[in-house]
Amino acid sequence: MSLFDVSFFAENFVALCRGIPLTLQLTLLSVTSGAVLAVLLASFRLSGNRVLDGLARGYIFVFRGTPLLVQLYIIYYGLSQFPELRKSFAWPFLREAYWCASLALCLNTAAYSAEIIRGGVIAVPLGQIEAAKAYGMGGLTLLRRIIAPQAFRLMLPAYSNELILVVKSTALASTITMMEVTGIAAKLISATYRPVEIFIAAGTIYLLLNFFITRLLRLLEHRLSRDQRPQLAATGEHA
Amino acid sequence: MGAYFDLMGFAETGWGFDMLRATAVTLAVALSGFGFGAIFGMLSAAASLSPVSALRHLADGYTTTLRGIPDLLVIYLFYFGGSTVVTQLGHLFGAEGFVSAPVFLTGALAIGVVSGAYQAEVFRGAVLALSRGEIEAAKAYGMGPFLRFRRIILPQAARFAIPGLGNVWQLVLKESALISVVGLVELMRQAQIGAGSTRKPFTFFLTAGVLYLLISLVSGAAFRAAERRSMRGIRRA
Amino acid sequence: MTAHTSIPAVEIARLEKSYGSLKVLHDISLKAEQGEVISILGASGSGKSTLLRCVNMLEVPNAGSVSIFGEEYRLDQRPDRPARVTDRHQLQRLRSQATMVFQSFNLWSHLTILENLIEAPVHVQHRNRKACIAEAEALLERVGIADKRNAYPSHLSGGQQQRAAIARALATHPKIMLFDEPTSALDPELVAEVLKVMKDLAAEGRTMLVVTHEMGFARNVSSRVVFLHKGYIEEDGTPAEVFTHPRSERFRQFISKHAH
Repeated sequence: MSLFDVSFFAENFVALCRGIPLTLQLTLLSVTSGAVLAVLLASFRLSGNRVLDGLARGYIFVFRGTPLLVQLYIIYYGLSQFPELRKSFAWPFLREAYWCASLALCLNTAAYSAEIIRGGVIAVPLGQIEAAKAYGMGGLTLLRRIIAPQAFRLMLPAYSNELILVVKSTALASTITMMEVTGIAAKLISATYRPVEIFIAAGTIYLLLNFFITRLLRLLEHRLSRDQRPQLAATGEHA
Repeated sequence: MGAYFDLMGFAETGWGFDMLRATAVTLAVALSGFGFGAIFGMLSAAASLSPVSALRHLADGYTTTLRGIPDLLVIYLFYFGGSTVVTQLGHLFGAEGFVSAPVFLTGALAIGVVSGAYQAEVFRGAVLALSRGEIEAAKAYGMGPFLRFRRIILPQAARFAIPGLGNVWQLVLKESALISVVGLVELMRQAQIGAGSTRKPFTFFLTAGVLYLLISLVSGAAFRAAERRSMRGIRRA
Repeated sequence: MTAHTSIPAVEIARLEKSYGSLKVLHDISLKAEQGEVISILGASGSGKSTLLRCVNMLEVPNAGSVSIFGEEYRLDQRPDRPARVTDRHQLQRLRSQATMVFQSFNLWSHLTILENLIEAPVHVQHRNRKACIAEAEALLERVGIADKRNAYPSHLSGGQQQRAAIARALATHPKIMLFDEPTSALDPELVAEVLKVMKDLAAEGRTMLVVTHEMGFARNVSSRVVFLHKGYIEEDGTPAEVFTHPRSERFRQFISKHAH
C-alpha cells in the first residue's frame, strides 16, 4: 500500500472541487441572512429594553450552547414530527436539505455574529459619541454617521474569524445528504478506503477557500483604516 | 407533558437511562479529547516559542491547518484511516473483511488534534502575556529554565489561559456531537436511535439540546469559578 | 465686557446632582449673560466638569433647572429613578446652540479634519454643504492648521487636534461655547497655542463657560470667575474681586497652589 498516490490524489481533487459551488452557496446564503438577523439581535441587546435584551440573550445562549448538528437535525428531521408544519406553506422548503442546512447555518451564525456586532459597537470610543451628542446629533444620524462606520471597522477581524467558521460549518450539511466538498469526500473515502489522500485534497480546498476569504477581508480592513495609518505624503509639517 | 416524561422517564419503557448513559459517553469523549488537546497544545505552544525556526513553522502550520478545516473531515480521517490500519493489522492475524478502529479512541484523538490547535493559541498567548520583567527577575536570581517554568511561568500563564480554555472546552463539547456520524453512541447518536425508534425526532433532539445546554451551563460556571480563584491577589483594572 | 440687558445665555437654578449616594453638586445657581467669559475653577472632585456637562445635558441633574436663552430643558426628575430628559427634539435643538470642546478633543477618528468640521453643520443643522466647506476652510486658516484639512485626527499633535476641535465647535455658529478642561491633556508646550485661540474668541464677545486649571486665563481673559469646592460655589465674581479679595480660605489655598 503506497502512502500517497499522486494521480489518485489529482483525480479525486477534481472530483472534490465539484463540491465548491455548493459550499460557497451555503456559506453566502447563511452569512447574508445571518447578518440581517444578527443586526436585529444586536440592536435588541443594545436597546436598553430589558425584555428585548432578555429575548436576544436567550436566543444567543441557546444557539451558542448547543451543537450545530443538533440544530440541523431538529430542523431537518425534527420538524416532520408536526403534522401542522407538514401541511403549511413552508413545507416544500423545509423538506429540502438545502434550505434546512441554510436555515440552521443562518440561525447559528446569527447568534455569534450578534455578539461580534455588539462588541464592535461598544468599542467605539465614548468620547466621540459624546461629542456627536453634544453637537445635537441623535438617533439615526448618530448611528449612521458615527457609530456604524467605526463599529464596522472594529468588528472586521472578529467577523472574518466567524466567516471562516461558517465555511467549515457547511461541512455538516454532508450529514443530511448534501454533496458539498465534505459530502463528496465522505463518499469517496467509503468507496476507496484511501482516507489520507482524500483528506489532504479536501483539506487543501478548505484551506484555499479560507485563505482567499481572509485575504479579501484584510484588504477591506486596510481600505477602511486610512485614518489609523501614519501619513505618507509630506504636506509640510508646520506644527 | 406527561407523555414526555413517560417517554424520557426511567421506567422500563423510558429512554431516560439511555440518554443519561449517552451523556456520560459524551462527557467522557469530550474530556479525553480535551486532555489530548492539552498535550498537543502545550507541545505546539512550546514549539511556536522556540528559537528554532523549523519548530516555529511546524507549530504555525499545525495551528493554521487544523483551525482551517472542518472537524468532520478530521474525524473521518482518524476513523477511516485508523480503520484501514487496524484492518491491515487484522489481516496479518487472519481476520477477514473490514475491521473498524475503536470509535471512542479515534474520536477522542480527532477532537484532541483539533482542539490542540486552539489550545496551542491559548497557551501561546498566555505565555506571551506574562510580564517580561518577572521572567528576567527569575533569570537574575539564577533560576534554571525548568525551575522558571514550573514556579513562575506555569502558575501565571495558567491564570491567563483559563478564559481561553473555557471557550475551547465549549467547542470540544459541541464537537463531540460530530462523532455520532461515525457511530459512537454518545448523546447525539442516542437521540437519533430514540428518534428512529419512536418516530419522535423533535422530542429527542430537543432533549439532547437541553442536556447539552445544561452541561454547557455547569462547565461555564466551573470555569468562571476557576477564573475567580486564579485571580486572587491580583488587582483588577 | 458689559452684560446686556437681555435674556441670559445660560441660567442654572438650584442644581443638584448625585451619583448613587455621592452628592456632587449642592444647590448650584449661576447665570451667564451673553458675552460673558466665565472661568470655572476647582480641585478635582469639586464638581466643575459635572456642572458644565449639565449645561448641555450630558449629565442630567437630579434637581434644579437649566435654561438656554430662557428656554428650560424639560426633565423627568422624579426621585428613586435616574433623571432623564423628556423632550428629545428640544434636547437636540438646545444642544446645537451650545457646542462643547472636550479635554480629550473627541474628534471623529474616521473623518478628515475638514469632514469633522462640516459634519454637524451639514448633518445636524442641514446647511448647504458647499457653504459649510468654504467656512470650514476659513476657520482652519484662522486657528492655524489649514494645511491639515485632509489629514486624519490621529496624524495631528495634541495642540493641533484641540485647535481643530475648537474650529469644529465654531463651525456650528454656536451662541454658547463650553470648554471642559481644554488644555489639561496637552503637553505644556502646546497649551499656549490653544489658549491664544480661546483668548481671541473671548475678545470677539463670545459667551464662553470654561472649566480650567489655567490661572492666567482665569485672571486675565475671563470676565467672571467661579470657584467650586465639593459641589458648592464658594466664589463668584470678577477676577479683580475674586483674586484680590477672596472670601474663601480654600480658594486662597487653591490660588497659591496653582500660581505660576
